[in-house]
Amino acid sequence: MGAQLRVYTQKIKSAQTTKKITRAMELISASRIQKAQQRVAASGPYSRAVTQAVSAVATYSNVDHILTTEPEKIERAAVVIFASDRGLAGAFSSAAIKAAEELTTLLHSQGKEVVYYLVGRKSVAYFSFRRREAEQTWTGGTDQPVFDTAKEIGDALVEKFIQPAAEGGVDEIHIVYNRFVSMVSQVPEVVRLLPLEVVEGVEEPGDDVVLPLYEFEPEVGDVLDALLPVYIESRIFNAMLQSAASEHAARQKAMKSASDNADTLIRDYTRLRNNARQSEITQQIAEIVGGADALSSAKK
Amino acid sequence: MAEVSGAGLKVSVVSADQEVWSGAASMVVARTTEGEIGILAGHEPLLAILASGEVRLSIEGGATVKANADDGFLSVSNDVVTIVARNAELVRG
Repeated sequence: MGAQLRVYTQKIKSAQTTKKITRAMELISASRIQKAQQRVAASGPYSRAVTQAVSAVATYSNVDHILTTEPEKIERAAVVIFASDRGLAGAFSSAAIKAAEELTTLLHSQGKEVVYYLVGRKSVAYFSFRRREAEQTWTGGTDQPVFDTAKEIGDALVEKFIQPAAEGGVDEIHIVYNRFVSMVSQVPEVVRLLPLEVVEGVEEPGDDVVLPLYEFEPEVGDVLDALLPVYIESRIFNAMLQSAASEHAARQKAMKSASDNADTLIRDYTRLRNNARQSEITQQIAEIVGGADALSSAKK
Repeated sequence: MAEVSGAGLKVSVVSADQEVWSGAASMVVARTTEGEIGILAGHEPLLAILASGEVRLSIEGGATVKANADDGFLSVSNDVVTIVARNAELVRG
């Protein structure tokens, strides 16, 4: 009986230790969400301005450029997956990877080859465990992304995009990341970056509106050439910031439920331990009473 | 962003991670790859690539705001001027 009491005490102790860790992680994530959200908001004007400029060029000028024209046949598509560096964030990384796998199936069914660009240790681990190839990987700093990483990723993608398909270039670029909707909801999102298809921020001009004719300096083509990498970078940076905010939110949620579960365990085991202790005491009393009875009846 | 009445420009200077400056200005002078350009209210829509250098904004009251904008571009439409650069910062003094 005493052994059982000891086992329960051990289990309570271990649950308490775990709870301390998960509680600490929960609080850390909670404090970082605010900052991550502010960064998403602060980067808004930039990506809005860039997207608007790109849309303006695409809408108001009839120029043939690889940024705006859809190739006749798409042979190869690049998929960029944004996951996290560390686990313990619920379904955060697996949600992005799952969405990417669905996209892969879709692209394969369209007869396209897929090359992967991975961001975050978790997605790299997923690929290396399955012995799958990735074109390029970036690890570290997914919870606090810096613009330089976005620039690196952007440069690599643009270089691939400009390369002709016959030489291993890609014709399409997709990104998969967790979009931050709210503290409790993060949605994995698949976006096709290039060729441009969605025109954001610029309303379709009505018939009665005279289109402003944009003047370009130096030339339309040159401006588009310069805009292309900037646009890609800003979209990637935005995805990284969204993903970071989502990661913190997902981790906070996961760690909160872990702490709650630890609480439940501690409560249940404490009840069991009290039960065990009580029955031990009851048995001891019964033994003493029984022993005393036996002694007094033996005297007679 | 402040509403501008009459002939004025609504200017915002934006870098990758934040909005550096926004407000009303009467004139914007920037250096593009082709040379210096000055923009007043009523300028035709324009999209230009900036050469690295200083952007000068003349704001109301005769004061000047200077900003360094590397690697960016300038867009003008309907008297709204947006200066977008990876790295942009205001120059003090």
